[in-house]
Formats: sequence, C-alpha cells, structure tokens
Amino acid sequence: MNRLLAAGLLAAFALPAAADTKVGLLLPASGNYAALGKDIEDGFRMAITESGRDDIQIIPADTEADPQTGLTQTRKLIMQDQADVLVGIVSSAVLAAVRDTVHQAQVPLIVANAGNSDATGKDCSPYITRVSFSNDQLNRPMGEWMAAHGVASVYTLAPDYAAGQQMIGAFSAAFQAGGGKIVGGEFTPFGKTEDFGPYLAKAKASGAQALYVFYGGADAISFVKQYDSFGLSETMPLYSVGFLTAPLYLREQGTAASGVIGALHYLPSLETPENKAFVAAYQAQHPDTLPSEYVVAGYDAGRLLLGALETGAEGRAALAAALPKVAYTGPRGPLEIDPATNNIVQNVYVFDTVEGTDGMTHKLLDTVQAVRDAPNGCVMP
Amino acid sequence: MLTFWILQALNTLQYAALLFLISAGLSVSFGLMGFVNLAHGALYMLGAYIGISVAAQAGFSAALIAAPMAVGLIGAALYLVLLGRVARLGPMPQVLVSFGLVFIATEITRMIWGDVPLVLDPPALLAGRIPLPGAAYPVYRLFIIVLGAAVALALWLGVTRTTLGAGLRASVENRAMARAIGIDTDRLFLLVFALGAALAGLGGVVAAPVTAANTGMAVSILVPALIVTVIGGMGSIAGAALGAVIVAVIEVLGAAFLPRFGGVLIYAALAAALIWRPEGLLHPRGAR
Repeated sequence: MNRLLAAGLLAAFALPAAADTKVGLLLPASGNYAALGKDIEDGFRMAITESGRDDIQIIPADTEADPQTGLTQTRKLIMQDQADVLVGIVSSAVLAAVRDTVHQAQVPLIVANAGNSDATGKDCSPYITRVSFSNDQLNRPMGEWMAAHGVASVYTLAPDYAAGQQMIGAFSAAFQAGGGKIVGGEFTPFGKTEDFGPYLAKAKASGAQALYVFYGGADAISFVKQYDSFGLSETMPLYSVGFLTAPLYLREQGTAASGVIGALHYLPSLETPENKAFVAAYQAQHPDTLPSEYVVAGYDAGRLLLGALETGAEGRAALAAALPKVAYTGPRGPLEIDPATNNIVQNVYVFDTVEGTDGMTHKLLDTVQAVRDAPNGCVMP
Repeated sequence: MLTFWILQALNTLQYAALLFLISAGLSVSFGLMGFVNLAHGALYMLGAYIGISVAAQAGFSAALIAAPMAVGLIGAALYLVLLGRVARLGPMPQVLVSFGLVFIATEITRMIWGDVPLVLDPPALLAGRIPLPGAAYPVYRLFIIVLGAAVALALWLGVTRTTLGAGLRASVENRAMARAIGIDTDRLFLLVFALGAALAGLGGVVAAPVTAANTGMAVSILVPALIVTVIGGMGSIAGAALGAVIVAVIEVLGAAFLPRFGGVLIYAALAAALIWRPEGLLHPRGAR
C-alpha cells in the first residue's frame, strides 16, 4: 500500500516537472510543395531523435502552402495548442501572411524554407529566425557568378508569386551590375502552368544566350523535362537558382537535367565530415535516397531549437532571445544567425548537374563563403 | 519568327488534343445525364499514375492500353456504386460527392505513389525531335496531336454512324422519349460513363511524359476541362473538340503575348460564352 502511494506520488510529481516544449510544425502536407514539407519534417524529427530528448512535443499542422490556411493554422497553434515555438513554412506567401500574427503574439518562429526576403528585410522581427536561405542570398551570388563567367545575356522565367519575383529581381540586379543583359522574361501563372512549351518558344525567339529560371516542386521536374524535349540544351544553356535540379527532383529528371548550373546552400555531395555523417545517418532511415536541402533545413531548425534549449531557455520569450545566438558547423558548413536581420549566414555552392557513377549528381564548381544579406531596411529593436 | 509561330501553333494543337481527351467524357456525361462529375479530374490523375506503374513493368505501349482500361473500370465501378445514385439527386449532391472523391483519390495516390512527382519517359520511337529552322519540336508532342485527332474522329464516327451513337444522341435530346422507344438508357449511361473515364485515363497517361504526374493534377485540370465543356456545349463531341481548340488558342497565345493576363483570359472567354451562348457553341438542340 505504501509502495503504491509512493509510486502514485512520484508519478504526480514527475508529470508537471517535465514541462514539455511544444513545437508547432507548419508545413504543407498537400499540394505542389507537399514533398518539401515531408522532407523538412523528416529532418526536424531526425535532429530531435538524435538528441535523445523526450520533452519535445511536436504538433503538425497542414498549411497547404496557402496563405489563408497557413494563417488559420498559425493562430490555432498559438492560441489553442499554446505552442512555445513554431517551425516550418515552405511558401514565401504563407510567411508574409503569418508574419504579423507571429510578431504580435511574440512567439518564436524558425523558418525552415520560405525565402521571402522581406521577412528578414523590411518586415523583420526579433521573433522570426531563418535557417533556410533568403531569395536574395541565393540569387545574388548566382547573378554575379554568371556575369563573371562570360554569360552576356539571359531570358528569365519564374512562377508569378512572391518568391518568383524576389528571386528573379535579386538575380537581375546582380547580373546587370556585373555587366550582363536581361533580354526579356516572363512570370508564369503560379499553379496553373503545367505546359511550358509556349514560354520555351518565346525564350528561344528572344535570342538570349542563356536561360535563367526558378521552379520548384512538380514544376521543377516538368520544366527540365520539357526544356530537354525541345532540344534547347544544345543551344540555350539552362541556369537556375539551384532548386530546379535539387536532390529531391534529380532522380525523376534523369539525364534531362545534365548540364544545368545552379547555386544552393546545401549539396549532398559536399566533402565535409559533418555532411558525410549526416548523409550516412539519413540513409540509414531512407535507403538509396540523398538528403535534400529541405531535409537539412528541417534538421538545422531542430539543431537551432536544441541549441537554444541547451542554454536553459524555456518558454516563448526566452527561446526567441536564445535562438539567434546559436551557431554551429552542420551538414552545409558553418552556420550562424546574423543579429542584424535574424537571417542565416552561410556558404553558397555553385554547382553543375552531371551524370555520376550511380545516377545524377552535383559537381561543385565554386564556393561563395559566408554569404550575408544586407539589412534591406531591417531594424531590430 | 516563322519558327516561333510554327512552334506556338503546334503547342496549341497539342494542348487542344490533351484537353479534348479529358473534356470529351466530362461533356458527354454532362449533356447525357446532367451530371457534373468533378471526379473526372481524379480519373485523369489515376490514368497518369497507373500508366507510369504499368510502363515501368511492361513498357509505354502497354501503359497506353492498360491505364485507360483500368480507369474505365474504376469509372464504371464508381458509377454503379456511388455516382449513378447521386446523379439523380440534383446538382448540389453531385458536386459535393464528386469533389469529395477528388480528395479521397488524391490522398490514396499520395499513399501509393508518394509526394514526389513522377515522370514517364516516352518510348524511344517518340523520344526524338523534328528539326525546324532555328529550333526543334518534340516528336512526342506531335504524337499527342495525332492521337487526339484520331480519338476525336473515332468518337465522331461512333456518335454519328452507329446505332449506339444514335441511341446516345436520342438520349441527350430527350431521355424520356428515348426510353419510351426502347433504348436502355441506364445501360447506355454506364457505358458512356466508363468510356468517358477511360478517355480521361488515356489523357492522363498521355500527359505524363509532358507534365510530371503529381497529386495536384486532379484539381488543376478541372478548371480548363469545365471551361471547355461550357464553351463547346454540353453533350456534344464536336463541341468538346471546338471548345478544346478555343481554350488552347487562348491559353497558348495568352502565354505568349499577355502572360500577365494568362490566368484571366480563359475566364473572360468563359464569361463571354455564358453571356452570349449560355448553351454552348455546339449544343445539341432541344436538350436540357
């Protein structure tokens, strides 16, 4: 009887003692970006599992990559679930939609994908920390690199929404500053364009030396396939912000992706001890699959949260203050958060897409060290 | 510049052929049964995925036959178990049930085939390119044009030259009278529904090598297919063909010249059609 009472008492004390950290996972589970959401979640859970902590409770919410749904789910996580920290967000449009709510509720948000430059620019917030990339961060080095490597004129294509416009805008500015010429370009209706034939014909007729595009998700695969089917690879080389031929899509794109040059913040083929260990750990769970930059972003979001928890931070305010101070060397190389914007400072890797011994892979051409965005109007309190 | 126009004309025909395959079944079930079958988009998606699985085992030509057959059977089963009953309940239940099926089919597809879009490589025979001055056109896209035209011709002959077609036309014009003169309209409906589903499946497998198969395609194809049906006139094969060409011309030329308005133009065409020809351009006279 006594023993039973003692056990009961112990259990009663044990429960509230371990105040779980509640993580709201805002990711699309359906639509064009569902595969990205899945990868980010895998990466995030991988980091949490690796740490061995059992006091982190994950609450998934489907944003459908739709701004309205994303906002509804964010409010639910903040008010109903009382989440301590939010992680995720794939679409730049969703990030723009939830920014004010997150900022006013003073809930830390770790952005694991959406590159919306404004979120760490003019709309920056001490509660929003980004471990993925910004649209400026990847496109600016690519514009400079292409201008420096003898590309004289390009035609641009991207989907007509926040990310597409920011990516092409940042690329064009850097490319023109380097002496390149933008001959023309189009923004294709987002989510409505499946056949790029009419646009490819237009790009060909523009007489540009090269094509520069941003596409992700299903669009990335069909765009590369269609580009190849029209035989443009022989006359009009394809450059892109690297998502076009990201690991996630390469297997389906196959040799059609051969020769596409891009820039990304992570490549599974990076020759560093941290990355080799990471790839091995990932492949133990997912045989024959290389981790995508989305898995890494999810993983780093997890590592950032763990780093903040290790400092003893608990609850919304303490976590928000601790998150931007975490720095470490991970799969993608050295990683720190810029105190001026809360955006990540990281290397950008320029690569060529080539046929390897077992399937398509990325060949590193150049590393741009520690790329840091200008504050772009960000004033931290 | 000539090459540019040739490319865009071919792009238009290719898109029209694809739209026709998908819209023909939708249009006929619309006209024949007054049934708004939004699940048609899901059948198109299943055609693409089943085709990819079959092609991986038995090659592209097997997929071209097996996928439409499988989707036709799925369509027939859906009609017998669910949609045939719902068809009698009026537009609201039809829309809700058939759109619900889209979500169910999308989730099942994700469970079986995963989230990463899949591609289907065209067979070696169709993988090449036709050279044009200063450009090239993929042979596979020409194949889509030819296939679309062949299916359109076969359907047109079937509707205008066979007893079954006569029964179909009679049922579209006046279902009660058709039944009164001894046409088994229930059996006819089932047959037409299954054939429409098979055509959607064919559209899916044919589209897969051009647009990677993905779980969003069930919904994304619905809007253009419905617009084709409304513009062309419900229940008419020729109407579906004409509607497909009109929508394709608007989409391709819009993409080429007014890309900023590309998404709006077909809705403008839809509005114009609803104002001036609400019954569609080629609507069979006398039908509902």
